[in-house]
Amino acid sequence: MFDDFVQQFLPSTVGGLAIGAIYALVALGYTMVYGVLRLINFAHSEIFMIGSFAALFVILSVGVTAPLTGVALLGFLLLLMVVAAAVSGGAAVLLEVVAYRPLRRRGAPRLAALISAIGASLFLQELFALFVIPDVFDRPGRIDTAVPRIVDRDVLFSIGNADVRTDQVIVVIAAVVVMILLDQTVARTRIGRGIRAAAQDPEAAVLMGVNIDTVVRLTFLLGGAMAGVAGVLYAMEFENLRFNIGFILGIKAFTAAVLGGIGNIRGALIGGVGLGLVENWGAIFFGSQWKDVIAFVILVVVLLFRPTGILGESLQKARA
Amino acid sequence: MSHYAKTEPGVLTRSLTAAGRVPDGVRDWWAGASRWQRWGIYGLALLLAIIAPHPIIASFMSPFTDWTSLLFNPIGTFVLLAIGLNIVVGQAGLLDLGFVAFYAIGAYTLAYLGTAHGFPFWPTLIMAIFLAAVSGVILGSPTLRLRGDYLAIVTLGFGEIVRITAVNTDEIGGSRGITPIPHPPNLFGVEFLLDPLPYYYLILAMIILAIVFSLRLERSRVGRAWTAIREDEDAAELMGVPTFRFKLLAFAIGAMVGGLAGSVFASKVIFIAPTNFPFILSATILAAVLLGGAGNLPGVILGAFLVAWLPERFRGFADYRILVFGAALVLTMALRPQGLLPSRQRSAELKGGTGGGTKTAVSRRDRDDDTVEVSR
Amino acid sequence: MSRKRMVATAAMLAGALMLTACGSSPTGSGGGAALKIGFMGDLTGENSGIVIPPRNGAKLAVDEYNATNPETPIELVVYDSQGNPDQAVPLTQQAVQQDQIVGMIGPAFSGESKAVGPILEQAKIPSVSASATNPGLAQNGWVYWHRIVANDNDQGPGIAEFLIRAESPDNAFVISDDQEYSVGLADAVAQDFEAKGVTVERDQFAQAASDYSSTISKVTAANPGVVVYGGYYAQAGRLLKQLRDAGVTAVFASGDGSLDPGIISGAGASAAEGAVLACPCNIPFGATTGPLAEFSERYRAAFDTDPAIYATEGYDAATLFVDAVKAGNTTPDAINTYISGAMLDGVSKKIAFKPNGEPDVNAIFIYQVKDGSLTLLGPSTEATLG
Repeated sequence: MFDDFVQQFLPSTVGGLAIGAIYALVALGYTMVYGVLRLINFAHSEIFMIGSFAALFVILSVGVTAPLTGVALLGFLLLLMVVAAAVSGGAAVLLEVVAYRPLRRRGAPRLAALISAIGASLFLQELFALFVIPDVFDRPGRIDTAVPRIVDRDVLFSIGNADVRTDQVIVVIAAVVVMILLDQTVARTRIGRGIRAAAQDPEAAVLMGVNIDTVVRLTFLLGGAMAGVAGVLYAMEFENLRFNIGFILGIKAFTAAVLGGIGNIRGALIGGVGLGLVENWGAIFFGSQWKDVIAFVILVVVLLFRPTGILGESLQKARA
Repeated sequence: MSHYAKTEPGVLTRSLTAAGRVPDGVRDWWAGASRWQRWGIYGLALLLAIIAPHPIIASFMSPFTDWTSLLFNPIGTFVLLAIGLNIVVGQAGLLDLGFVAFYAIGAYTLAYLGTAHGFPFWPTLIMAIFLAAVSGVILGSPTLRLRGDYLAIVTLGFGEIVRITAVNTDEIGGSRGITPIPHPPNLFGVEFLLDPLPYYYLILAMIILAIVFSLRLERSRVGRAWTAIREDEDAAELMGVPTFRFKLLAFAIGAMVGGLAGSVFASKVIFIAPTNFPFILSATILAAVLLGGAGNLPGVILGAFLVAWLPERFRGFADYRILVFGAALVLTMALRPQGLLPSRQRSAELKGGTGGGTKTAVSRRDRDDDTVEVSR
Repeated sequence: MSRKRMVATAAMLAGALMLTACGSSPTGSGGGAALKIGFMGDLTGENSGIVIPPRNGAKLAVDEYNATNPETPIELVVYDSQGNPDQAVPLTQQAVQQDQIVGMIGPAFSGESKAVGPILEQAKIPSVSASATNPGLAQNGWVYWHRIVANDNDQGPGIAEFLIRAESPDNAFVISDDQEYSVGLADAVAQDFEAKGVTVERDQFAQAASDYSSTISKVTAANPGVVVYGGYYAQAGRLLKQLRDAGVTAVFASGDGSLDPGIISGAGASAAEGAVLACPCNIPFGATTGPLAEFSERYRAAFDTDPAIYATEGYDAATLFVDAVKAGNTTPDAINTYISGAMLDGVSKKIAFKPNGEPDVNAIFIYQVKDGSLTLLGPSTEATLG
């Protein structure tokens, strides 16, 4: 048992970091929307899925036939992220307008928004399975659609017995960079101040001249854009997309958001990476079939001792 | 306290609001109805439920698949589950996203004890209900101190833990599931074999039991305590309601009904496996409760019926039914967020007057009310 | 592309057939009233890729028979269970009571077969499955139930013994996901390896997972001679890709659920190259002569696509019913008696049944991915790795 742990610890850690970075990016969307509206945006997982397909669309349109390297790779990844972030961000704003705004206007029960979210989630999944994937990508809707390889699986360096590959490094670095950008946007810009104000006290924010509708739209846009970037990284790393890839990943990302402290941007990073690592470490002892159970048990334990997550709730403290 | 600009409702919204007045009107009439009028309606509803399996009704209700089977599962099981979940969500106001766990525990208890140890049906049924209640307490005692959405994700996790544990435990069949599950013994000379009809009446009887039980609870001290907790937990605590104990009770009782549904389901289907208990089932039942109108039993039952029946009725659309179902959920919530048949008390609460105004004084961060954003 | 069209056609056909099933007059009837034969399986769900080809095969057999303008035509009624027992049960009740089918091809998967079996047995409706491979199905004492493919307890050892012969590994890593078929097949493979003195390590992941990094770490640590995955092609493709990306070069093998071009697109052509796939089925990949080639041609003409997994078995299953009707049997009981004693020189193989409904011949065929496409190597006892 101990031997297993020694042998598998480092490789598992590398894998856990990569998937954890993606959890963290998706978790940001849950966390921001929750911070401002106190709403679990269940359809956020589909925003992530849409981002991954946007990336695939660009890859196919550009016609990448062989893995890229150097500046070409960097430029292409940037292009993918910009497009996917725009598509996902746009989809998130549209989702807000169609599925949530009417409810907000009527002062609907919060649970009603949750059901609307579940409905929107089902609708978007089926929309892709029935129309988008067959019509746009010319593939059967319900099975894996392969993504052409854009990054080679070269070993960049080794730590102990763990090989670290280029693609894994890209995933982690890209996620961290994007997250720092977001963190700074929320902490330093006027937009960010609006978001923080709305999260802290919407009534007071309105009195101070914050346009809540704009803030909500921006929150969805930014959260959606993060999910779009996550979609790019997912498409690049796992190279198989499906109409329901968001489902499990969304649940994990939401768990990560709560784990880190929902409404807390840095908490999402800690929660996402922490979840990815703990899952993989736990799998060494118990087998990969227990991964999800490990994730949820950790969540319960953390919440028992720190009821507001590792870093505490509040978006407004993101600067501190 | 409206920090959102109030816009003029569009034509669609207005017409649908008008359409919404029909059920509202029915509800108001119901509130003023006399005792015999109400019993008349109860009798009619019961009669309708009893004659429901008739072939003439079947040919309209379900041209594509066997109606009596549908009446048992998913319709009967969904209704029973929704009644159970309504106690947790509708009455006590606790968001539970893992209700399927109790359904699974009920089904597995009956299947395992009946198959591996030959336990007789009725005592095992009682045991399954008891075990579900115990698991409700086990889940609830560490987690019910959490509020609102934390509870949602933890219950979601619990549902998944139960399912994955079933998948990975060979003693209860692992992913193979359990088969052959024994049927219930003869009852009043009726045999329980493969014909779905006796099972339908069995589950109908259970549903009626659950309704009576649930209504009695709602009108008892317990029910009032739940309402108090749902509306304002802190105030309830302050007024001397032991909120934690009552929340635990809501979980346990909801779980019992879930467990009952599970064991009745298992007694018919011969074969159960972990795939019978996916997360999406929890979400569907929750959708049924909220679609119908949380807290109002007729609404909840209607919601469960629609959610179970519509996808089967429209089998002809094969591929599109989930798409339409999703869109329908969004649309219904946008136009009638309180559900098709909301409870009078709750809609009165939502219209403001009593609760709304005072809450503005409390910072949003501290309160845990159940509105998205209040604008009135 | 042709695949997409196939799925679309399948969906339309399913819809059309369902509409027919609800009352309009049967189509394609030549002489008297048509007898109804059901086909049940997952036609729109996640694993429909495994069920649409046998449905096409069955339809081909029935259409060919009806084209001869027989006295008793057959109508094939398609029931889309999406592989879900909860949907299969009411559909079967419908098939038995309202549609009055005299026989059933399927259900395609084992889970739904378990749930539906007792209903068909009680109604005395003969069934022949072209793809349900769970060993437990034959142990229920059902007399109306048959299948024409070998079960996982034959397939598992077939894979293990072939790999031992071809690679003589010291240790093997056996992986599954959490679906019933997957675990069952992996168990059978692992047991046979252990019985033959090969050390086995195992891991299992969730069906819906996409990141297999913890499984991969276990495989790299174990450094096995062969890696066997029991399960369907979607997961097999993803797993194989991640294995090869992590530098695992051991031979990769899987079973019938993975015998689909989807494994190549999922893993990528270079990662999939050399993967070994076993199946109790005989797919006419590249057959140029004989009945298999002829079948491929007719199949292609009818469906505009190449025959894939279980297409021949679906055709043979339907042929059993066609032959029974041709021999003048029109009641379920008579048809069952005929099928139970049938000796059919089928397209897939020679078909006859043991008393418990299992096929008499348990041949396992070995396929390999070569130059980016699936090729038949031969029966597991004779094939050699190229």
